[in-house]
Amino acid sequence: MLFSRSQRRNPAYRQGFMEMLTVAPGIAAWGLMTGVAMAKSGMSTPDVLAMAILVFAGSSQLAAIPLLAAGAPLWVILATAFCVNLRFVVFSAHLRNYLMHLPRMQRLMVGYFIADLTYFLFIERYPVPGTTDQERADQMSYLAGNATINWLSWTGCSVLGIALASYIPAAWGLAFAGVLALTGILCSLATSRMRVLSAFMGAVVAIMAYALPLKLNILVAIGVSVVLCLVLESYLAPSPREA
Amino acid sequence: MEILVTWLSTWGLNDWNPWTFLTIMLMACVTVITRCFFFISDTPWTLPSWAQRGMQYAPIAALSAVVLPEVLMTQGIFIHTWADARIYGALAGTAYFFLRRGSGQAVLGTIVAGMAVYIPLHVGLAW
Repeated sequence: MLFSRSQRRNPAYRQGFMEMLTVAPGIAAWGLMTGVAMAKSGMSTPDVLAMAILVFAGSSQLAAIPLLAAGAPLWVILATAFCVNLRFVVFSAHLRNYLMHLPRMQRLMVGYFIADLTYFLFIERYPVPGTTDQERADQMSYLAGNATINWLSWTGCSVLGIALASYIPAAWGLAFAGVLALTGILCSLATSRMRVLSAFMGAVVAIMAYALPLKLNILVAIGVSVVLCLVLESYLAPSPREA
Repeated sequence: MEILVTWLSTWGLNDWNPWTFLTIMLMACVTVITRCFFFISDTPWTLPSWAQRGMQYAPIAALSAVVLPEVLMTQGIFIHTWADARIYGALAGTAYFFLRRGSGQAVLGTIVAGMAVYIPLHVGLAW
């Protein structure tokens, strides 16, 4: 069962919790500024709170706010949220083998909590899916610990941002702490030359394709980088399993 | 009745719109659908092996595609000035990370070192 006592007793839970805790200041500052932005959007307080607690996806929240304020049709808002979240569809293909041992409802529940940072830290800690019951239990415990602190710091600080919106000017630039948290994780993922190349291509393509709507530049950047790395790999490395 | 309306309005509930709330609920469903997209179905199915191999390059490309535009672009245009606090903040954070390679708190240090450079430049010099 997810978020059960046996998971909290597993040492991997604490590991996941502590690894995410070091990143938490970035998430907290970012959540705070998202809360401020939501509170200043003109939405009613219960709506803003519901959004902060339920949606749990910062980029789709920020994309939806101006559309809600402008009274855009429902399907436009949902299609926007979907497109802005498309990188998660790629992540879900990667995570499939890690989670298929769970019943469907539990998969959906775990999946809901796997935001960007949880995904990056998780696949870094566990490069291959568990094959034994013990490995799977460890991985699920790690996810539970990691997601708990992520959810608490993100949601808690969003609500705090909503409450303190008029006292925190955006000019302080606190949101940059979120960018720095991602920068730190980006550095920690750069463990091989091919990965550095993938990062470089991702950045170049994302900047060149920035004019695309709905953050589709990110999806294009992932596609181009992965294909380029696979092609180069087949030319350069005789053993394709090198990570 | 008037008291009730006043009380509700202190919570912003007088202009509460069920459609907005429905939109928010459905946005939460979109979060679940996108994050779980490829493991919603129970049907056995595996990624082709080339895609499986490609997955090791996807996370870093995605992250870099999110981060670098946040540092290097302003309102959709590549920055054309060196007087931008974000460049030095990100460089300081990255430098800290690679100097402290291997320590458990490297990402926390990246945030702190980056903000220590960013905030004075951004607030003090308005870069």
